Amino acid sequence: MGFFQRWSKKAWTVGLGIGVIFLIIGARMDQFERFYRKAIMICLECIGIG
Amino acid sequence: MKKIRFTKVRLFFQIIYTILTNGYIYGYLNGKIYKGTLKYACVPGLNCYSCPGAVASCPLGALQSALNERNLQVPFAVLGFLFIFGSIFGRFVCGWLCPFGLLQDLFYKIPLFKKKKQLPFHKVLKYGKYIVLVALVIVGSSFLFEGFAKVPAFCKYLCPSGTFFGAIPLLGTNASLQAQAGGLFSWKLGVLIFLLLLSIKVYRPFCQYLCPLGAIYGWFNRFSLVQIHWDKDSCVSCGACKKACPVDLPPEKISVSPECIKCGKCVDACAKGCLHFKKKRNMEEKSCNPSGRQTD
Repeated sequence: MGFFQRWSKKAWTVGLGIGVIFLIIGARMDQFERFYRKAIMICLECIGIG
Repeated sequence: MKKIRFTKVRLFFQIIYTILTNGYIYGYLNGKIYKGTLKYACVPGLNCYSCPGAVASCPLGALQSALNERNLQVPFAVLGFLFIFGSIFGRFVCGWLCPFGLLQDLFYKIPLFKKKKQLPFHKVLKYGKYIVLVALVIVGSSFLFEGFAKVPAFCKYLCPSGTFFGAIPLLGTNASLQAQAGGLFSWKLGVLIFLLLLSIKVYRPFCQYLCPLGAIYGWFNRFSLVQIHWDKDSCVSCGACKKACPVDLPPEKISVSPECIKCGKCVDACAKGCLHFKKKRNMEEKSCNPSGRQTD
């Protein structure tokens, strides 16, 4: 089995790696803090008020 | 060895996941929402964070709240969660985890009407979820203003999961919110009722035609870790898998199609055992791509 065939089977690991890198970048940009602040308040639009 | 019936295992998974991710009982009793540290994380499926029982954040809600920021940035944190869940599970999330998927599955079990897998014009309507993703989740949430504030357009105008798991329990227990419910709530309730009634006749209409999260995970389906593998050489082309498939996919498209929710009904239906969640060793050599199919 060639190099590219082997890697095509492991493509999910590339996606996983990108995900982890994005999480780290997001954490460094304080994005978790911002979406946490939204998630702990009742979203009035989401429940049909507003 | 006794064969595992994935249909039953899946229902068990769906129920346990729904209980675990919506298990904040205090919230239901008092009309309040959970404010603990678990809300820093997103769950894989649709899960309104305004649901009184929700213990974590909805990936679409978090994505829209990031796009609602005054200083628009690339929402790396939420994209990180979506890449991780997508790469591991693909649309397995829709089939096995999403609470609103479970709700539609239960409505489809109601023995009323002649059941249909898909709506007429399915080939066109299936692109509706991509339109919702672009128009409501990305463009709507980034640029749609009401007054001086941006709005989470998908949550506000469409999300039936938010209405069922968030709005109804909150309004049922919180009198001050109840007094404020008006035309928008009636619209959202109408969307929910329409989709649930449609679910009695058509299999998961929201997932097939409208869910933007399904559109995102569908993109990962082809190469995600969780796959249903097809042993082409043992297949006798009896058509049992296509007949059992709730979204009517032939075996060569099962698991790799963006429409496949990896429910496992095809695996249960195959008498020859040609479809598996776990790849057999002898299939390793035959296949070139992660789903076990020969490349074109």
